[in-house]
Amino acid sequence: MQIIENSTEYDAIIVGSGAGGGMAAHMLGNAGLKVAVVEAGPYFDPKDEETRTQLKWPWESPRRGASTNRAFGDFDMSWGDWKVEGEPYTHEEGTKFMWWRARMLGGRTNHWGRISLRFGPTDFKHKDVDGLGENWPISYDDIKPYYDKLDKLVGVFGSNEGLPNDPDGFFLPPPKPRLHELYYIKAARKAGVRVIPSRLSILTKKLNDDRGVCFYCSQCGRSCTQYADFSASSVFVIPAKNSGRIDLFTNCMVKSVTTNSEGRATGVSYINKTDRREYQLKGRTVVLGASACSSARILMNSKSTQHPNGLGNSSDVVGRYLHDSTGGGRAAFVPQLMNRKTYNEDGVGGMHVYSPWWLDNKKLDFPRGYHIEIWGGMGMPSYGFGFNHTDFNKYIGGEIGGYGDKLREDAKRFYGAVIGLSGRGEAIARYDNRCTIDPNVVDQWGIPVLKFDYKWSDYERYQARHMQKTFEEIFDAMGAHVLGDTPGKDQDYGLLAPGQIIHEVGTTRMGDNPKTSVTNKYSQLHDCDNVFVVDAGVFTSQADKNCTWTIMALSMRTSEYIIDQMKKQNI
Amino acid sequence: MDRRESLKNILLGTIAGATVAGAATSCESPAEVKEQETQLSKEYYGRTPEEIKHDKKVMEEIFLVEHELATIAVLCDIILPATATAGSATDAGVPEFIEFIVKDIPNHQLPIRGGLMWLDGESNLRFNKLFKAATPEEQLQIVDDIAYPDPDNKKPEMAYGIKFFNLMRNLTMTGYYTTRMGFDDLGYKGNVPNVWNGVPADVLAEHDVDYEPEWIAKCVDIAKAGTKAEWDDKGNLIT
Repeated sequence: MQIIENSTEYDAIIVGSGAGGGMAAHMLGNAGLKVAVVEAGPYFDPKDEETRTQLKWPWESPRRGASTNRAFGDFDMSWGDWKVEGEPYTHEEGTKFMWWRARMLGGRTNHWGRISLRFGPTDFKHKDVDGLGENWPISYDDIKPYYDKLDKLVGVFGSNEGLPNDPDGFFLPPPKPRLHELYYIKAARKAGVRVIPSRLSILTKKLNDDRGVCFYCSQCGRSCTQYADFSASSVFVIPAKNSGRIDLFTNCMVKSVTTNSEGRATGVSYINKTDRREYQLKGRTVVLGASACSSARILMNSKSTQHPNGLGNSSDVVGRYLHDSTGGGRAAFVPQLMNRKTYNEDGVGGMHVYSPWWLDNKKLDFPRGYHIEIWGGMGMPSYGFGFNHTDFNKYIGGEIGGYGDKLREDAKRFYGAVIGLSGRGEAIARYDNRCTIDPNVVDQWGIPVLKFDYKWSDYERYQARHMQKTFEEIFDAMGAHVLGDTPGKDQDYGLLAPGQIIHEVGTTRMGDNPKTSVTNKYSQLHDCDNVFVVDAGVFTSQADKNCTWTIMALSMRTSEYIIDQMKKQNI
Repeated sequence: MDRRESLKNILLGTIAGATVAGAATSCESPAEVKEQETQLSKEYYGRTPEEIKHDKKVMEEIFLVEHELATIAVLCDIILPATATAGSATDAGVPEFIEFIVKDIPNHQLPIRGGLMWLDGESNLRFNKLFKAATPEEQLQIVDDIAYPDPDNKKPEMAYGIKFFNLMRNLTMTGYYTTRMGFDDLGYKGNVPNVWNGVPADVLAEHDVDYEPEWIAKCVDIAKAGTKAEWDDKGNLIT
């Protein structure tokens, strides 16, 4: 079967339409370049009535929102999760990694938690502090102007607190805390944990004429029909497409970057999922924003005489230093929150307050920090509501079990009386934690798949142990009953599986030394100057923060660099 | 006749033999099936084509049979009977929900089927009749033995029933409180456009927590939410 070539020659071919690819589409399209965006999933617009889940009721789902078809439940707006039909991935024996892929325009940004945290000065130079991992080739000062522009362009609520490693920004005002969050603030402070308003890219105030203002349905995970939360689809790619600034290819899965006899990129080869045929696009530059692991996969699958180990992989570093955020969690029953008067408690999608990392690791038995997220309140019941509900009676001397009117009373008595805490922390990037190309397995598109090889170390386990200790201290200070037993060593102290927090980064890390890094400080491949990476692959290290805001700031910076280098005829 | 309609009939006991595999949909003409598909895709709750296909397939499967569903209906209404202000579990369609969910989450199938058989066995032993045919007093006699945990294992022969009843209670609670009827009973008020402007004052007064002026000063001023955001050079919001 012949490969079909498109005669158009693009200035830039952007692979992926999520946070990184979406931002690049916005920047390069606005600069007047001829841009193609190639997305492996179908078209998606949060406004589309046919796919809308926002404000739907649980009874509209025959399974009441259970997670049979979508890992985060029927109403979550991610097409594809840790499993994508016909697109497997494999593991090195005895290891585990969970790889989330959203196959749709805008990718994971359609359902993400909108937690938008700048990395701080220490996060870029953490090796200087504890000798572990590697410093970034850039500093906070290099990226600060982009964070500033990003805040104003996309919108994020929060507050300026003057904290050294949780930088201030240009924030929209945060929403007022809810009752369970007031309980958290009080208890956390008693336990010596700082609490500040959360920082989420949700418009609590008008930002521009193109997007609506939040109407507090707490469903950002379902994607907002008013465009009041940030999704790369609604905010970047759809406007760029509608104004003719980009050509959009959906349901097209990029297989490899094509190169010429000098080893420079000439475009991409992709499979059109609709007719199952292979096509090629020609481009002056290729910008990979397929997600950390997908971009690494594309590079490793782009082998040629000039790049025998895959494109950009003369260092053999592509796929290495893969790391996800650590995760641990705990919930507690709060007797003071029993028998609540009910009212509409829906706020923004997610927490209104949180705790950034507050301690000094020099005094602890693990090297990096974590932040605490909080959940609770009188949320909308869905599948699982009421399961083992009567068990709470054991904390108040009531009768467990039963039926009839007693059970109805229990349902009301305990509704909204549970608070949950989640720790999200920084793992150390390690050479041996990696994804490679599986030599034996292809997906349904004939593309060799990724094989993961990832193990946690005691750095992460001890951090998880500390999370549990902190959670218990906070709940004790609240007068709450912690649910379940403290997870012990045999359970890695409650540390969740790698990949489960969906913050995977580091697979094409940036650095000054081409022998130990894949891209330079502008996210440009050391081995091929017209290929760039704009997803989290370029992260030299994760922080105790979520990665999206930094993906977008870096993508903005790289896009400016591409425009500048093109003007100077360097690429 | 669609699946939901035929299920209702099963529960009402109006048609016999409808539980033979395939019978529930066999009276549909291809045209009717097609119309149903269109309905699913247009009015269904934002599903992808693959999900619509999947859901249709699950809906057309048959797992629980007439006798099982009838017994489930009796149990559900013991678990959540009607009150002066709220309908019963069967009023809220809980048996239909359970009929679907055991096909959707097959892990439930064996515990439900086996548990129902255990219940009939226990009823036969005590009263020489199936559970659903027992009198309400007789039914409650068994239920009272299995509706509460038995941590000290005082009645080991009831352990299977206790486990089963717990699952039935869980599914009934979820099935009930995820309906409009359940929402009204619970007092749930959300999932509509809203303006969140803090905890109501009367609620706050009942709790030993409060808003601090410094914190509130940072928060949204609802009156100005529609005014375009502008900042000074230092990041202070000035509108």
